[in-house]
Formats: sequence, structure tokens, C-alpha cells
Amino acid sequence: MLKVLDTSHSTGPQETFVLNLGPQHPATHGVLRVKLTMDGEFITNAEIVCGYIHREHEKMGENRKWDQFLPNTSRIDYLSAMMYTHAYVAVVEKAAGIQVPRRAEYVRVLTSEMNRITSHLLWWGAFLIDLGGLTPMLYAFDDREMVLDLLEALTGARLTFCYYRFGGLCDDVTDDFLTGTRKFVKHFRPRLKIFRRLVTDNIIVRKRLEDLGHVPAEMCRKYGATGPMIRGAGVAYDVRRAEPYSVYPELEFDIPTQPAGDNMARYLVRMAEMEQSLRIIEQTLDKMPDGPFMAKVPRILRPPAGDYVFAVESARGRFEVRVVSSGKEIPHRVRLRSPCFCNLSVFEEACRGMLLADALALMGSIDLVIPDIDR
Amino acid sequence: MIIPEPFRLLTSLLAVAGFIGANAAYLVWVERKAAAWFQRRAGPTEVGWGGLLQPLADAIKLMSKQIIVPPGTDRLLFCLAPVLIMVPAAMCFAVLPFSAALVPRDINVSLLMVFAFGSLNVIAVMLAGWSSRNKYAIISAARVVSQNVAYEIPMLLVVITVLMVSRTMNLTEIVAKQAGGFWHWNVFNLAANPLMPVTFVIFFICMLAETNRAPFDMAEAESELVAGVFTEYAGMGFGVFFMAEYANIVAGCAMATILFLGGWHSPIGLWPGVWWFLLKMYFLIFTVIWVRWTFPRTQFYGLLNLSWKILIPLSLFTLVLTSGLLKIFGR
Amino acid sequence: MKAPFNEVISGFVSLLTGMGITLGQLFRPIVTVQYPHQTLTMPKRFRGHILLKKEPTTGKSTCVACDLCVKACPSDCILVEGEKKPGEKRKSVTLFELDYTKCSLCGACVEVCPVDALEYSRAYNLASTSKQEYKVMDLVKRLEDSKHP
Repeated sequence: MLKVLDTSHSTGPQETFVLNLGPQHPATHGVLRVKLTMDGEFITNAEIVCGYIHREHEKMGENRKWDQFLPNTSRIDYLSAMMYTHAYVAVVEKAAGIQVPRRAEYVRVLTSEMNRITSHLLWWGAFLIDLGGLTPMLYAFDDREMVLDLLEALTGARLTFCYYRFGGLCDDVTDDFLTGTRKFVKHFRPRLKIFRRLVTDNIIVRKRLEDLGHVPAEMCRKYGATGPMIRGAGVAYDVRRAEPYSVYPELEFDIPTQPAGDNMARYLVRMAEMEQSLRIIEQTLDKMPDGPFMAKVPRILRPPAGDYVFAVESARGRFEVRVVSSGKEIPHRVRLRSPCFCNLSVFEEACRGMLLADALALMGSIDLVIPDIDR
Repeated sequence: MIIPEPFRLLTSLLAVAGFIGANAAYLVWVERKAAAWFQRRAGPTEVGWGGLLQPLADAIKLMSKQIIVPPGTDRLLFCLAPVLIMVPAAMCFAVLPFSAALVPRDINVSLLMVFAFGSLNVIAVMLAGWSSRNKYAIISAARVVSQNVAYEIPMLLVVITVLMVSRTMNLTEIVAKQAGGFWHWNVFNLAANPLMPVTFVIFFICMLAETNRAPFDMAEAESELVAGVFTEYAGMGFGVFFMAEYANIVAGCAMATILFLGGWHSPIGLWPGVWWFLLKMYFLIFTVIWVRWTFPRTQFYGLLNLSWKILIPLSLFTLVLTSGLLKIFGR
Repeated sequence: MKAPFNEVISGFVSLLTGMGITLGQLFRPIVTVQYPHQTLTMPKRFRGHILLKKEPTTGKSTCVACDLCVKACPSDCILVEGEKKPGEKRKSVTLFELDYTKCSLCGACVEVCPVDALEYSRAYNLASTSKQEYKVMDLVKRLEDSKHP
């Protein structure tokens, strides 16, 4: 089967042209631009032009008080807002030596995993749109809205939650939320089966994903690609296990991996992760301790001078926040290591020699959030 | 009843034009509503009751838009392409037998004519893509040409099978030979060829591919090639392509009904008439819509592989099988 | 020799399964909300833009113009002025302006308020033909105009 262009035996200058993908191309999900050098429908080279939505999040963090950066954290990767806020509050708690109550930690894990499900559902729908199937997205959104309704009733926002505070949460969980979440878990398992029968088993989807878009583990390591990218290449690297944080060590869950490293592997990893998230949600619901949801935190925060790092597993991979404190009200340096930027950088090398349609499937399987790339 | 010839010509012309226009307009509505219901949405509801006037609103919008011919394009071909795609699609309807008496023009090579005009559609798409002077459009046009060439072959092979079974090129006679209950229909004519249902499926798949419908919509491929060959078309230029797409679907489904599903014959042998033809045809059209809103797009080489490696060998096999069976058992 | 045939058949079956699923969904009720005709009520904790709370007894705001919200705001979108009226122990607010074009709805101002004078609005159908309407939202005036206690 003709899948990869072999340019080794061609002679003379090749007739190539440049195809501009973006910044408003329907396949790039935002303002990402990719300049593809094409030989017919084969891609010989790809150049990523990013920065269209650069918003200086790091600099913003260095210009305001520690807690004033909190709303920004939800807006870097707006699809995993909970996890990103978790990373930032956790690094500041580490710096200031704040002990977070156990109930707050459990709620954080619970809401983060719900956020992971919404993120993966959106990816699933958008990926299928990339492949040309428009209906699954609406089914995914049907379920996603249920989670978002729950989270909205809890946090007051549907996307930019900003729910965690230094030392805990901004408000306690309600019983309605807990029962609603249980109901959702019950509802969602059969839905995942429907998704599998509708899409995963579908011959067209399998032909489009299997054995295409190889990103082997070495390539992931070379570019620092994490999350489902590296787990889809057979490496069981998950920050929740590798550098355990919060109450994840107390919870039982598997790290789904697929050895193949192709589009289908990444797809299957994400689908399996949703099931694992459901498991985690159930456990946190069962184990949810009583107690305060907020620690005693000084009104004006001045963490002792030092260099602090904290990483979480976001829906797209390792998100790491590094803050340097000089003991003042304002951080000296805020550094955000976002997963999408590293995951995207794989694309240039991985898409070479692929057909345009397959390269777009590869791009969809990377699961890009453009503001997260540009920060 | 003898109708004078000029009058007959005029009424047929008007009826065919009206049929195509009404179908193109309301199939858009049906498609949008069906898509919405498949996706558990409401679909168009604002213009008219249940959004029934939506096609009218769309048409007014498209007509009131400026038709932009981008600089550097081949103006003549660019403007010719929408016409070229519409005319052959409309020509097919001139010979389609809606019922025993309701045939605009009953000629004895009508089968050949429908497929001759049906294959012109690809030239129009190619011209549109080529003259647009747009990279997406050219890539898409190249895909469409190779796709249509690849799918023409199994489609015609399947049609030859039907031709051998019914021994006539006249569509009216092909239908007339399927009279009786549904077991007389060509799709269930297992005595002539035990693989007849398979040939029907092949014909249906090829029809989807020939009309550039999902999952074979390489002409549009909106997530890869923006809008494919239609990228540079604005206003009614795009509208005509859109209408032609639906006209082609109607023609294709009508052909499937005529060749395989017994045309105007009733499945139980009672009350034959045009309503059975329309019922079967619209069911097939619904299936086309249903398929579109279920599956993602195939890869370009995937669909070529499907044609060359699966459909063509299968249809060749059924062709040989049918001719062998006909030779041995005769009629 | 058998494998390709199996693939064709299993592939065809998978297509039919998918079509069965979408057909099943076709007959199920619509899940979307027909927006301008139907609207949802926001949950209690919904974070809209901020409003000054009305104290039921006096019908006025409890705001003491301490400027804590101004300092807490990450986007610098609140302007508060107050004066100490004769005979009162604390300052009372005379001007409370919100620049909603900059506000990121984080709620830092509501959380920091020592007298609990701020609340979230549950309005989400915000639209205007002029930017000025959201550039300067006079919350004191809104409080005075509002009918509800």
C-alpha cells in the first residue's frame, strides 16, 4: 500500500509547492499556521509557525501578586483548566509550605479527572471532525455538557473554572454535585461502549488511523513529547505515577499504554484514559473525607526565596510550573512548561513523507490546544 | 390519450426542471433536518414552520451574494464549470421512467444515455478545480478525477450484469421485467446470480463515490482542503454546484431503484405506480444522508484501494458468474 | 487467502453497526436548548459580573470603600470612591465602577471583600451596541435602579 513517499531514488529538482495550512484553516483548530512543502499530495517538509496567540502568560505572572495569577492558569490550556490551576496552586503551596486539607486534595483530584474526561471528549469529537465524521462530536458534547453542568454548579464557570486556591478550594463540594457525579459515572460507561462500536471499531476509522503517523518513543524523548503521545509509543510515563502528587498514590488506576506509536495507539490511549478517570472518580467519591476544605493561609503571601517546581499530568501531558520567589509579594519568575508545544514539535519530523490527509489525522491525534502552544 | 408532441415536450421540460429544483431545495432541508436528528439537535426551525422555508432563505442569500471571479483564473472555464455540472445531471432525468406511463422521453438506449451523461460530471468538477487557480481546489480536483474514474468501472460492470439479466437497454423495459412481488426485483433475482444483493451494494457504494458524497467526499473534504474544488466559488456559483450534487444523488438513487428495486412496482404486487418509485427512491436518498452522517471520510488511497482491489474484482466475478449461469441455464 | 475476505465482511459489519447506532439516536429526543426561545437559569454559584449587594434594611450597599477589591483585582478593572458622611462610623460608597471589558470573572474581589458587599450577577445574555456600556459599569447606579431587594 502506498503510504510513504520514497524520495531516495528521485533525481533532479523536484516540483514542489508550498501549501499554507492556517492560520484560519479548518484543520488547525485555531490560529496555528503550518507551511507544508508538498510534492503532489506528499509532504516533504513542514514548518510550524506559531505565536499567533502569544499572550505573555509568564510575564503576566511576574507582574502581579501570587494569587492574582490564578485566573490566568485556567486560560493557558482552557481544556484542562483544573489541572493547570492545580499545578500553580501546588507549586505556591510548596513554596509557602501550606498544608492542604485532605478533603481539598480529594476534591482536586475528583474535579481534575472530570476535567480530563471533558478534555478527552472534546478531543474525540474534534478529531473525528478532522477525519470527516461530524456526528460523533455531538454525541461527545452531549456527555461533556453533563460534566460541565456539574462543574458549573460547583465552580461557577464552565471552562475557566479557577476553583482551587492556595491551601484548598474556593468553596466546598455540595451533595448535589457528588450524587450528580455518581450518576454521570453510571451513565458514561455504556456511552463509552457506544463510542467504541460507532467509531473505534469502524473500518474507515481503523484504516485511517492504524499504522499511520508513527511517533516512536525515541522521537517523543527527543522532543519532550509527553502524555498520550509517549504513552501511545509504549512508554508508561505518567506524572501521576512518576512524580506522585496530591492523593494519587492512594488511588488505584492503570496507565494505559499502546506499543504501536501510531495514530490509533494515541486514540486508544485516550479512550482508555477516560475509563481510568472514571475509576479514579469513583474511588475519590467513595473515599472523600470530611473536614475543612481550606487551610489557614496568610492574607499576604510572601513565599521564602527559592526555586520551586511542580508538575502535573494534564490531559495533554506533563505541565510543569517553575516559580522563583525572591520572598516578595510578586514572583520573581514564572515559567510554564506546556505539553502542547513539545507535542507539536514532533509533527515536523513525523509528518515528512506522509500524505496530506494522513498528516492532518496525525495532527488531530496530537490533540493540540493552540493557546497552550503559544502561552 | 395522445398528447400533441410540442405540448408533451414542454410539459416534460417543466416537470423535470420543477422536479430537480424542488428536490435540490428540499433535499437540503431534509439533509439538514436528518443530520440534526441523527445528532440529536433540532435543525432549522426559524424560517417557516419547522424551517420549511429555509431553502428559500438560503436561495435568496446565495443569489444576493456577489459572484467573485478571483484574479488570474480562467474566467470562461470558471464560469462554465457550474453550468457543465448542472446540465448532464438534469439530462439524466429526461429518460428516467417514473412509472409505466410517466416517462419524459422513452428511448431504447436510455440506460446508456444516463451513464454517458453521468460520467460528464467529473469533467465539470475538474474544470472547476483547475480554473480556480487554488492549490486546495487543484488537489481536490485531481482526487475527484481519479476517484470517479476508479468507481466508474465497477459501477458499469455491475450495470452490465443487470443488462445481461434483463437483456434490454430501455429503462422502462428493465423495470417492466421486474413486475410482480419483490422476489422478482433484480436485487433478489438470485436465480440469475446468487450474488445479486452484493451487486446492489456495489452499485450503491459506486453511486456514493460518483456523486462525491461522504464517505467519499474528496471534492469537498472540508477539514483537509477547506472546501475542495468549491473553495473559490461564491454565491450562486456555489449554489449551482450544491444543486447539482443533489440532482446527481436523486438521479443515482432513481437509477438504483430502476435497476435493482423494481422501479414503480409494488413489493407485494398491488397498486403499482409512481408512489412506489418515489418511496423507494427517497428511502435510498435517506440512506445516502444516513451514511454521510455516520461515517468519517475515507482516505484518498483507501477509496482507490477499495475500488481496484475489492469492488472491481467482485463486480467482475459477478459478471462472469451471471454470464456463466445465463449460458448454462438460459432463460 | 481468507484474511482479505474476512476483513471485507467484518468491515462491512462494522459499517452497519455504526449505521444502526446513528439510526437509534435518530428516534431519541433532542438534547439541545433552542437558545433564544429557551434559556437556562444559571446555578447559584454562577460567576457573572459583580454586583453590589443590597442590604435589605437600608436598601443601600454595605460597601465601605476600603479598596481591597481594587488591590485584589488582577486586571485592574475596579474603581471605588467613597466618602465619610456626617454621623456615620464608616465610609460609604459613592462610586463603584467596573470595567467589564477587562474583567476575567475570577471572583477575587468577591472573596476579598471584608463586608461581603459584592455578589455575582447571574446574567449571561450580555450584549450591547456600544463598548462604552461595558467599559464603565456603574454598579452604584445599578443598585439604586434595581427593584428587587
